[in-house]
Amino acid sequence: MTTGAPGPTAPAGRRTVHLAAHFPGVNSTTVWADPRAESQIAFSSFERLARTAERGLFDFFFLAEGLRLREHKGRIHDLDVVGRPESLTVLNALAAVTDRLGLAATVNATFNEPFELARRLATLDRLSEGRAAWNVVTSSDAFTGENFRRGGYLDRADRYTRAAEFVATARELWDSWTPATPASPYGVPRPFAHTGRHFEIEGEFTVPRSPQGHPVVIQAGDSEEGREFAAATADVVFSRHSTLEAGRAFYADTKARLARHGRRPADLKIMPGATYVLGDTDAEAQEHAAEIRRQQVSPQNALLALERVWGRDLSAYDPEGPLPDIDPDPAAVIAQGRVTDGDPLAVAARWRALSEAKGLSIRGTVIETTARQTFVGSPRTVAEALDTFVQREAADGFILIPHLTPGGLDDFVDRVVPLLQERGVFRTEYAGTTLRSHLGLPDPVRKG
Amino acid sequence: MPATRPLHLAAEIGGPPRYDAADYVALARLAERGALDFVTLQDSFTRPGLDALAVLARVAPATERIGLVATVTTTHTEPFHVSSAVATLDWVSRGRAGWVVDVSTTPAQARLFGRRHAAPPEALWREAGEVAEVAARLWDSWEDDAEIRDTSTGRFVDRDKLHHVDFEGGMFTVRGPAIVPRPPQGHPVTVVDAAGEHSEETAARHADVVLIRATRPEEAAAIRERLRARAAAHGRRPDALRVLAALTVNLGDGERPAEPGLESAPRTTGGAGGPYYRGGPVDLAELIAGWHRGGAVDGFHVAPEEPARDLERVVNGTVALLQHRSRFRTFYPGGTLREHLGLTRPANRYAHAGGAS
Ligand SMILES: Cc1cc2nc3c(=O)[nH]c(=O)nc-3n(C[C@H](O)[C@H](O)[C@H](O)COP(=O)(O)O)c2cc1C
Repeated sequence: MTTGAPGPTAPAGRRTVHLAAHFPGVNSTTVWADPRAESQIAFSSFERLARTAERGLFDFFFLAEGLRLREHKGRIHDLDVVGRPESLTVLNALAAVTDRLGLAATVNATFNEPFELARRLATLDRLSEGRAAWNVVTSSDAFTGENFRRGGYLDRADRYTRAAEFVATARELWDSWTPATPASPYGVPRPFAHTGRHFEIEGEFTVPRSPQGHPVVIQAGDSEEGREFAAATADVVFSRHSTLEAGRAFYADTKARLARHGRRPADLKIMPGATYVLGDTDAEAQEHAAEIRRQQVSPQNALLALERVWGRDLSAYDPEGPLPDIDPDPAAVIAQGRVTDGDPLAVAARWRALSEAKGLSIRGTVIETTARQTFVGSPRTVAEALDTFVQREAADGFILIPHLTPGGLDDFVDRVVPLLQERGVFRTEYAGTTLRSHLGLPDPVRKG
Repeated sequence: MPATRPLHLAAEIGGPPRYDAADYVALARLAERGALDFVTLQDSFTRPGLDALAVLARVAPATERIGLVATVTTTHTEPFHVSSAVATLDWVSRGRAGWVVDVSTTPAQARLFGRRHAAPPEALWREAGEVAEVAARLWDSWEDDAEIRDTSTGRFVDRDKLHHVDFEGGMFTVRGPAIVPRPPQGHPVTVVDAAGEHSEETAARHADVVLIRATRPEEAAAIRERLRARAAAHGRRPDALRVLAALTVNLGDGERPAEPGLESAPRTTGGAGGPYYRGGPVDLAELIAGWHRGGAVDGFHVAPEEPARDLERVVNGTVALLQHRSRFRTFYPGGTLREHLGLTRPANRYAHAGGAS
């Protein structure tokens, strides 16, 4: 087994912080109405953000995926950012304008086939000389399936068995070339044959191994099946537990699962998605954060969030007024293409209690309850908090989700990164060239 | 045909498989120095090599003007993903993307996917035409001004300018709309290699650029006229079609005067075969100018047998001579591949419907 270059070394006993950048595209975090917000589509936006992340010595740059425009009440959702370019193509272009930054694409395992996707990922890994990662997602509602040859067709349990077999098959293909020799510096292809429940394929793979062996595998998904899948298969987990307590619980649970799969805790990095707001002082940052929340939750967005929980048309309500007296319709499907928030009656009860306790309007309630900024404060406060999360084993690092495109990472890289470096918990230069080396992950053991 | 019709030149940069970006970047830059309309990159699932569209995405930021046209097969792939990837190549290259629509005919290719058996070319080319059709509809499914960022109403897009495509083909359906907004060229350029009977029909219906095989100008002229007539029969303007003669070129012994002319191709591995030119760069320039002057073709697509050697001679020999004689432009007057080809930006088929509904 060959090992990657060692990760950065922290002062005695201190754990190092890993950082990645999430492109602020299609989500309700993005503040598109800000005058500084530029195109979500133009390549210049991706280039600017990726170069900033590389300047900040981040491990990787992350692109999410959605395969159908979300709908609300049967019509295309029009309030948040809509539309994005295709991830692998963008990342290949970014490989031309970056040198070290890892390049991570979210690609669905349900609406793709192993040979083709393994080849596209291996191509990115080669063209970037060992910087590719694949975030394996499984979402497969019939709604999304209407854009694909097979239609919507897998239930929850099957999604993960297919995903697991998909990843295993991709790894067989990535391993199918012989090792390099002086006579054939890339190795040569050997025939593969895979027979399983979901796939029966054979032939020769067309792409040699990359300098990092094969792409890093990321998993995002929180169910029991999702956690098991991550423990068995993934190199990185993109989680959403962003408080210290929830993070510690998730961290302990996930790391404990590894031994059962013959893996060590260090083999899987846990990186929650995190937002942040900086100010010169903590008070100023809090003020900014409140402003940003109001931009993220417009009056129209507040009503929509309410309708998602209630499952009813509530357009007659005043977003600055009180919550409706009527109860949610638990059977209604009003929003398509979104992960739901759980039992609507329970959510509604929570919202009502909060609204009464704090005297909040509909909009105020939505602002309070939907995704909040994870880290708010002066650069020093934020650096300390990030470090604490990592030292206390709530995370191995973070996938930062800025709210502005494409300048949203500038302040973090300019003001927080130097403080993390001062604390000795963040690299001052890249030690290696591959994503695996940034993450401190060993190169994969070649099977067969 | 008037002799003033602009000459179009393109080159393949594939050849023996290479796995590093630098080789492809160097070849594309070389072709760009010659002001060629576009480079193509062949692809197949059954021979060693990288994904062609990915390679050209990697090349895009390293070049400025040249068109980037990747072979994309439509048989075992998802039409929705294909249309997204081609549109994205157009975004990252700022309007320089195209695709060569191709099919996977062999049992070996089918076994790599395990989803369906190999089918006859006729059925596969019909399906390829459907993929081209649904791709074009998806590219139109966002009107150009769909993104409004209207802070007064809180709307990022105007949903009346986004359209379901509701396509039903023989082998697949797609609901739409696209995830990727309408690309810079409206439609990236669609290229079809019309070597066979079934691909010719798909070309006449869907292609902006058609590659043809002919060993004599009269033969080329006849194919070109036939294609134009078939396009017209589908309600297309024949002048919206660019017909390029495909030529495998070997300029290896081009320093001595060689017998100019065309030989029949040795069947090389993975190559499409077809007319094969061996000789010097000057004679190649004569041949190109002669066919073009006579109106037999709109231009040429050359596939250098040894890219590093032959493309250099095409650019510094053949193209330089054509430029010197004012037969070929010396710079790019426009920025997009459509502009190089003299093709208009397509109107959006949904734009008027959207206004009415
Ligand atoms: C932090 C996070 C990010 C995700 N990003 C995406 C995404 O970009 N695209 C997607 O289709 N699904 C995404 N998902 C959905 C998951 O892949 C998964 O399908 C979903 O969470 C349901 O799986 P579960 O039941 O295991 O949670 C994300 C999930 C999480 C937790």
